[in-house]
Amino acid sequence: MEIALIAALAPIITQTLVYSTPLVFTALGGTFSERSGIVNVGLEGIMVMGAFSSVVFNLTFAETYGAATPWLACLVGGLVGMLFSLLHAVATINLRADHIISGTVVNLMAPALGIFLIKVIYGKGQTDTITESFGYFTFPVLKDIPILGDLFFKQTTLPAFVAILVAILSWFVLFKTRFGLRLRSVGENPQAADTLGINVYVMRYAGVLISGFLGGIGGAVFAQTIAGRFAVTTIAGQGFISMAAMIFGKWNPLGAMGAALFFGFAQNISIAGSNLPVISSIPAVYLQAAPYVLTIIVLVVFLGKASGPKANGQNYIKSK
Amino acid sequence: MAQENYVIEMRNITKQFGTFKANDNINLTVRPGEIHALLGENGAGKSTLMNILSGLLEPTSGEIFMNGSKVSINGPTTANHLGIGMVHQHFMLVDAFTVTENIVLGSEPTKVGILDRKKATAEIKRVSEQYGLSVDPGAYIRDISVGAQQRVEILKTLYRGADVLIFDEPTAVLTPQEIDELIDIMRGLVQEGKSIILITHKLDEIKKVADRCTVIRRGQSIDTVNVRDVSSQQLADMMVGRSVSFKTEKKIAEPKKVVLSIKDLVVKESRGLEAVKGLSLDVRAGEVVGIAGIDGNGQTELIQALTGLRKAESGSVELRGEAITNKHPRAITEAGVGHVPEDRHKYGLILDMSLAENIALQTYYKKPLSNTGVLNYNQINSYARRLIEEYDVRTVNELVPAKALSGGNQQKAIIAREIDRDPDLLIVSQPTRGLDVGAIEYIHKRLIEQRDKEKAVLVVSFELDEILNVSDRIAVIHAGKIVGIVDPKETTENELGLLMAGYSLEEARAELRQEAGEAVE
Amino acid sequence: MLISGQDPIAGYQAMLQTAFQSPKSIGEIFVTAGPLIFTALGFAVANSAGFFNIGLSGQALCGWVTSIWVALTMADAPRLVVLPLAVLAGALAGALAAAIPGLLRAFFGTSEVIVTIMLNYVFLYTSTHIVNNVMSKDFMSNKGVTKVIGENASLRTGFLKELSSGSRLNIGIFLALIFLVLIWFLMKKTTLGYEIRSVGLNPFASEYAGMSSKRTIVMSMVISGTLAGLGGVVLGLGTFGNFFVQGSSLSIGFDGMAISLLGAGSSVGIFLSAILFSVLKLGGQGMPLRAGVPIELVDVVIAAIIFFVAISYLIRFLLAKASGSKKEVAIVEELDGKTDPTSQEGGKI
Repeated sequence: MEIALIAALAPIITQTLVYSTPLVFTALGGTFSERSGIVNVGLEGIMVMGAFSSVVFNLTFAETYGAATPWLACLVGGLVGMLFSLLHAVATINLRADHIISGTVVNLMAPALGIFLIKVIYGKGQTDTITESFGYFTFPVLKDIPILGDLFFKQTTLPAFVAILVAILSWFVLFKTRFGLRLRSVGENPQAADTLGINVYVMRYAGVLISGFLGGIGGAVFAQTIAGRFAVTTIAGQGFISMAAMIFGKWNPLGAMGAALFFGFAQNISIAGSNLPVISSIPAVYLQAAPYVLTIIVLVVFLGKASGPKANGQNYIKSK
Repeated sequence: MAQENYVIEMRNITKQFGTFKANDNINLTVRPGEIHALLGENGAGKSTLMNILSGLLEPTSGEIFMNGSKVSINGPTTANHLGIGMVHQHFMLVDAFTVTENIVLGSEPTKVGILDRKKATAEIKRVSEQYGLSVDPGAYIRDISVGAQQRVEILKTLYRGADVLIFDEPTAVLTPQEIDELIDIMRGLVQEGKSIILITHKLDEIKKVADRCTVIRRGQSIDTVNVRDVSSQQLADMMVGRSVSFKTEKKIAEPKKVVLSIKDLVVKESRGLEAVKGLSLDVRAGEVVGIAGIDGNGQTELIQALTGLRKAESGSVELRGEAITNKHPRAITEAGVGHVPEDRHKYGLILDMSLAENIALQTYYKKPLSNTGVLNYNQINSYARRLIEEYDVRTVNELVPAKALSGGNQQKAIIAREIDRDPDLLIVSQPTRGLDVGAIEYIHKRLIEQRDKEKAVLVVSFELDEILNVSDRIAVIHAGKIVGIVDPKETTENELGLLMAGYSLEEARAELRQEAGEAVE
Repeated sequence: MLISGQDPIAGYQAMLQTAFQSPKSIGEIFVTAGPLIFTALGFAVANSAGFFNIGLSGQALCGWVTSIWVALTMADAPRLVVLPLAVLAGALAGALAAAIPGLLRAFFGTSEVIVTIMLNYVFLYTSTHIVNNVMSKDFMSNKGVTKVIGENASLRTGFLKELSSGSRLNIGIFLALIFLVLIWFLMKKTTLGYEIRSVGLNPFASEYAGMSSKRTIVMSMVISGTLAGLGGVVLGLGTFGNFFVQGSSLSIGFDGMAISLLGAGSSVGIFLSAILFSVLKLGGQGMPLRAGVPIELVDVVIAAIIFFVAISYLIRFLLAKASGSKKEVAIVEELDGKTDPTSQEGGKI
């Protein structure tokens, strides 16, 4: 009995991790950006660029790097995401554009640019399926822990654990280091930071570029684990869900991670639910809608007012 | 000419913004160990000059010398290294951070990039003890009092080793008690060898604490005087450029019927605690009642309850005999109440809307400004033009956004809006906050005018001078209740101070008698 | 285009040729523009109130499904009855859909950003569910596709069809134009519009002025949703004539947002942007064939245009500098300078 339960739960846990990982990365990225005071609704577009570049890299270099390909592709995705976010950074920080508009531009441009380039490179509307994906990973020692080992450490997805590690690291950086303190100060009261000699512009660039990097990785992970290729429909809403996770997690990396895990779980349940006895008899729509309705309810009941960093969304102008 | 040793000398400083000269050939000298006041009206150029000294701005031309050697201050960090620290008027603090985090921000002690909180806290404790500035290092800025926040601002400069401290309008947000504490702090700092530049437009404070004073008017330095040798009147005249009157001329009040009657009012504040605890007060037609009190004793909640913005838990508020307790704000204004709020930018105006639209803010839904939901902009604009003319609001026209006006003119517009509706009761909170002497003069005149038209006026202010100047009766509020009502002609600042601290009227008078008796002996 | 080795002129030529090649294609421009104008207006109204309504797609979807459903249910009723009813039903559906985030924001302070994102998904799945499981089987022509509505419920008219040589041109565009004027009037000339703008700019002062910010917030969202719903109605009763299961959120939601931003939220701006957008989209379809330029470039161009609008400060600054007037430069700096919200600083009188 127990074993059957474990056997049923384990894949759910794994799948949850699979779906959540891209969200965790991107939500973390959003956290850095908004903590520095730049609203980044362009996460969706950044994920697209990350997905695009990682798939292209994967297809091109799969033979050269073998099993390491997906990891390298993720880095590439991160770098491309970072480059793309530069657009948003320059627009909002130097050119004082409205953050929402600039982010929207990113979202509009990314899929178009991606597909355009795919057509140029490959001559068709979507790429082939990649050959080297992350596959399943079993932790060498941890797998032998009774119960927990079977649930969490056997046949699981490694990027998820990297994501969790990055989340913890992010929390540490934001709250325990000098860089994090300065980054947050720029998002709360840029004028105060300025009077203390902190370069507001540089800090905000850092925030946006980090968000570009992490968002790009998020897109890359998604493309290589769930989608398997790049097409116009590859990234559909994940960027926005990550944003929601960030707000839900109150702009705290650990909270954002938790929220992202929750969303990943919810998205997964509707698909995997058909395997579980009770759940399969519920009409699909309820399962599909459930996570979203649940989020709204939780928001209303528990979180009340949405409040992020104080100077979030405001352009800072240094007078000389 | 004998060369004096100045710790700071600013020579021929000019700062131009486009075609506008904020500072025009200003000269300033500060002796070591002195408290040097910089006096001028709002907009005169004092803040600009100090922003240059503290590195936030660069001068268009001119030179700065420190202890005789020329320096070039190209940023706040440089200023800090030179030993110049600024205590800003609008605190440069991060609400969401702790005291420690705010003080060390930008100069954090770290180990490999990780914040060394222990070291920071220890250092802060040391500095705070040395200068007698008590703070709780672990407290969050949003939770501490305004006076404590200011101490944090001061500590920020001392932590970085400032020798010259610039205080920008430091008393604008302090209670009388906190002001005295600040004066003691400043004297203590001077004893420790610091030099202080005090930017202010408050003459009595200059007289209390400054050694010399430089007067700035319209971007130019007018004169530098020894404070001991001049009178407040002389200083005021130099500042404004003409003769200024401090006391508003008024005839004796002849109060008639009771217009506002508050009985046993109980109001809770945002966190659920009672802020107004059974307050009773009457205001009659033809009189000005001033509510004096230290910020945080329930005035804000009282006004909010009177204007319908906060629920009253119990008690009653009656206007001309009709109950208006807990009615909707609009119903209350319609019943004949005008309100000038304490924060004009947050509550009084919509800065991005035109001046005309702001003037129509209270009456836009009524004829002739609108008809069955459709606005009549011709009417709105001509109404605004009339008010602008009558109340001397200085603006290009009625179509500019409200944010284009100076603070004084914004306040005039709000007062015009409220008074023109001819309310039987006019409630004003901090009516002259942030305004200069000329503006204050004007607004006080208007308030007295209302009273002479047999309207009732209720004034809440933290400025005792203001209360003493305009009120016919002064009600002192403490801990949510009125502890005493006195006649401004007979009371003294000391008596008011004691009442504000919570003494009852008898206790206060007894205390003063005793002190007077002791003094004689 | 140049960068990727295509011939830009040929590309633009192809685009314009395709877009304007015939009365039919011109008609199609208006077909596309109609729903977009509605969603753009929806975004603009919510934006004035200080809201970021990302839920336009979901609200439009509600309008679409509802209007088709009503039309199919009343297949035999006379046109005068069915058409208005279907339109109203769709508008109402959009209104209710937007009322949810509005109410939650007004009474609980819940972030409308998250709620609208969530609801988009909810409505998406619900619409699929309705089509597959709830609607009567008689209404379906295929799995996931409903029958086409009868003429009695269609926004298309014979006259318009002829005029545009067989395009799907329908009175939806005229409805859109009417609403462009209506909304302009509402926002600029009515007390409700004044209140919406006021609450959007400064909810505190609005409370002080006796406005009910709760009521205003809900009203503005309801109006926004109604408009989005009407956009869906036009898609249903005009463009397509039926409903088919959607795999992802409607693009008119997001595109409407872009158009509103491009048009700076003004009625005239929205109209022009919507037309421009439609021309680009339709014309773009011809580019691959005629000039070998992939269609996605259109989206890139649109995005670039919005980008330049967004950095208008820089453009104005450069223009002012170029004209050599120092005063103008200072004015631009001043006007766009940050206003200190806490400053109580007075000034000379």
